Amino acid sequence: MVLRRVLVRAAWLLASLLLASFLIFAVANALPGDMAQILLGTNAAPGEAEALRERLGLNRPFLVRYLEWLGGVLQLDFGNSYIGNRPIGPLIAARLEVTLSLTILGMLLAVLVALPIGAYAAARRRHLDGAAVSALSQVGLAIPAFWAGIWLVIIFAVQLRWLPASGYVSYWDSIGQWLLHLILPVISLALVQGSVISRYVRSSVIEVMQEDYFRTARAVGWSKTRALVRHGLRNIAISLLTVIGLQLATLLVGAIIIEQVFALNGLGSTLLRAVSGRDLGVVQAIVLLLVWSVLIINFLVDVAYQIIDPRLRRAAEAR
Amino acid sequence: MRRSSLSVAVIMALVASVLLSACTRPEPTQSNDAPLNIGVTTRPDGLDPITVAGAGTPFVLLYNIYETLVKVDSDANIKPLLATEWDVSDDNLVYTFSLEEGAKFASGAPLNAEAVVASFERARSESATAQIRDKWGPVDTIEADGEHTVVITLNRPSHAWLYDLSGPMGIIADPAGFADINTTPVGSGPYVFEEWDEGSYIQLKANRAYWGTPGRFTDVFFRYYSDPNAMNAAMLSGQLDIISNLTVPQSIEQFQDESRYTIHEGTTTGEVVLGYNHSSEKLQDVKVRQAISHAIDRQALVNAVWAGKGPLIGTHVPPTDPWYEDLSEHYSFDPDKARELLKEAGHESGLTLDLRVPVLPYAPPSARFISEQLKDVGITANVEELEWGRWLEQVYGNHDYDMTIVAHVEPRDMTAYAFEGNYWAYDNPAYNALLEEADIAATEEEQIATLKEAGRMLADDAAGNWLFLLPSIIITTPDISGVQVNQISLSFDLTMLARG
Repeated sequence: MVLRRVLVRAAWLLASLLLASFLIFAVANALPGDMAQILLGTNAAPGEAEALRERLGLNRPFLVRYLEWLGGVLQLDFGNSYIGNRPIGPLIAARLEVTLSLTILGMLLAVLVALPIGAYAAARRRHLDGAAVSALSQVGLAIPAFWAGIWLVIIFAVQLRWLPASGYVSYWDSIGQWLLHLILPVISLALVQGSVISRYVRSSVIEVMQEDYFRTARAVGWSKTRALVRHGLRNIAISLLTVIGLQLATLLVGAIIIEQVFALNGLGSTLLRAVSGRDLGVVQAIVLLLVWSVLIINFLVDVAYQIIDPRLRRAAEAR
Repeated sequence: MRRSSLSVAVIMALVASVLLSACTRPEPTQSNDAPLNIGVTTRPDGLDPITVAGAGTPFVLLYNIYETLVKVDSDANIKPLLATEWDVSDDNLVYTFSLEEGAKFASGAPLNAEAVVASFERARSESATAQIRDKWGPVDTIEADGEHTVVITLNRPSHAWLYDLSGPMGIIADPAGFADINTTPVGSGPYVFEEWDEGSYIQLKANRAYWGTPGRFTDVFFRYYSDPNAMNAAMLSGQLDIISNLTVPQSIEQFQDESRYTIHEGTTTGEVVLGYNHSSEKLQDVKVRQAISHAIDRQALVNAVWAGKGPLIGTHVPPTDPWYEDLSEHYSFDPDKARELLKEAGHESGLTLDLRVPVLPYAPPSARFISEQLKDVGITANVEELEWGRWLEQVYGNHDYDMTIVAHVEPRDMTAYAFEGNYWAYDNPAYNALLEEADIAATEEEQIATLKEAGRMLADDAAGNWLFLLPSIIITTPDISGVQVNQISLSFDLTMLARG
């Protein structure tokens, strides 16, 4: 029964993936500004733009170009970039490492910080310190990631000179340098994410603490922490998973801006450059990658629910 | 409990590795063995200056990786580079270049007459950008005469052609590497290409087998920044040795500490032009254009939008060109005169114009400033900010505008006003004739005199309003020497740069 539900969800997923690809292609092609003209810049001779459009195949019908593109994508061939004329697949693969490092570490740090903070704020919610923690997370929520990033750079890179202000070193070249270069961007991302997640953690911990099973555990002499860890974690995990799934899209958007602030050459900066240069092939490929990953992650979160929460599983089986 | 102790371990590990690597980070040694890191904002779209348009490509490659037969020095004199000398026939039509015999490509292949001919033929073929092909226009034949002599025959005399030969159109590349030239350039310069991490950096290495004085730095990195503030922060935190051009001049204050930074201020060849659409009915009357020139206080504008950096100019000629004349006071700031001229032109009841500008650092602030000042003389300028792609299409391509602001950074680009179909729709046969006359003039003196006249003609006609010249502001650490203060070519020339 679980399998059937998963299959239905998978069918929906496929449909949304396809629809997304069409929308992305259509929007990218509707962007104002002519690519041939941008490639030639302010040195174009009359007629040169038209010849270039012809050479790039931009004059062919929309649907033909879409199907050709989709066919290529399904074989993992994204075509060549117009700027520099290089294969897009490897180009994006190289940028993926930067963005993945940034978002994964950002989410990891956010969760690691949010869990104890949220739990603390919940456990001490009737005390001044608990309320203060809760208020602080509210403040963290309001800070834009790029603003935090700029301040972190001013303090830790420019004034103290402890950390590099920008740039990226590959994990495979030097793990130490990789981490060193990622500390500030990851903290700026995690600040907001951590605040969001800690608020969810807080409310779900409060919920758990009001449950009968928690009170029973406390009554038989378990400590608050032990009762929370043994009984609460699974319940908290569900709401945590939902938030993480939802926040992932925000995190990716945040990463685009953070990459600019820290001159990290990831998907975000590549996307922004491609948009301003109207390198449509690159724009489409990156947006497709981002949208598809969000769709797939949401699907996986859905599936994970079924596994984590026996109630959902049983409810489905009863039907 | 295992779970939480794991997360504690992870955090501890993170903190420890950070502290460790922070401690072991080597202090930069002040020698030329330490890499030279240069911050740049304009990225290249490819590595072949012949087929790829845009200033980002020659900035890195010209003179550093690729060399040309001749090179222009800081006093605008044409000097030998790969050509030891050249001979010009009496009718100024046949140029005979003798090549430097010791020169060879980084691949080890000899740089001979054959390679020069192949490079030049490629530069004037169909694959080259229209602009470069156009510059080869005066040339008829390019022939090798033996191993070390190249004979070039022109179809008409041209001063501009020999000058342009010092730029991207004249680069000599290894013909064996033409196929991969857009990703792995092979030239004969003091540096060799090492790696291009697209969007992030280009790495060069010293050419140990260079025929002249080799590059002083073992490694040079051109590092790219989209956000000028990120570039400044990188310089302030010690990650960069040079900021190749400060794109936000207001931030110059951050580098006042002389013990840590040296500021090199000079000029460029980038004229910031308030351009008029000459096909727009409202702007066809020269009085209207002159009125606009009188209505704008350009010094106040530079002070407001470009931190007072950037000299005033009065026509499309920078001070580093031989035919420069100070015409910056040609139109004084005089709102009364402007109103009077507008009245004579029949616009006493007011005039409304579109001012469509691209979103580049200098343009929107200048546009807002100008709009305020024009209001004072009765002109309503509707400012519209367009993203670069849209600007290229709407303003540059379709000529759908009244006024616009953009910098023209190419050296010696007065010719832009003579191009057929130029985006200003400026069409002045007398001006075109002057440019032609200057190019074929028998002597250099004659050429200079004629171009001065052409410059004055543009100013008299108020063909555009030259707001100011973009300054060159280079920031270096104090130990860097050999910085070219004036940016007169498209290259960021590393040949003289050294530490100490």
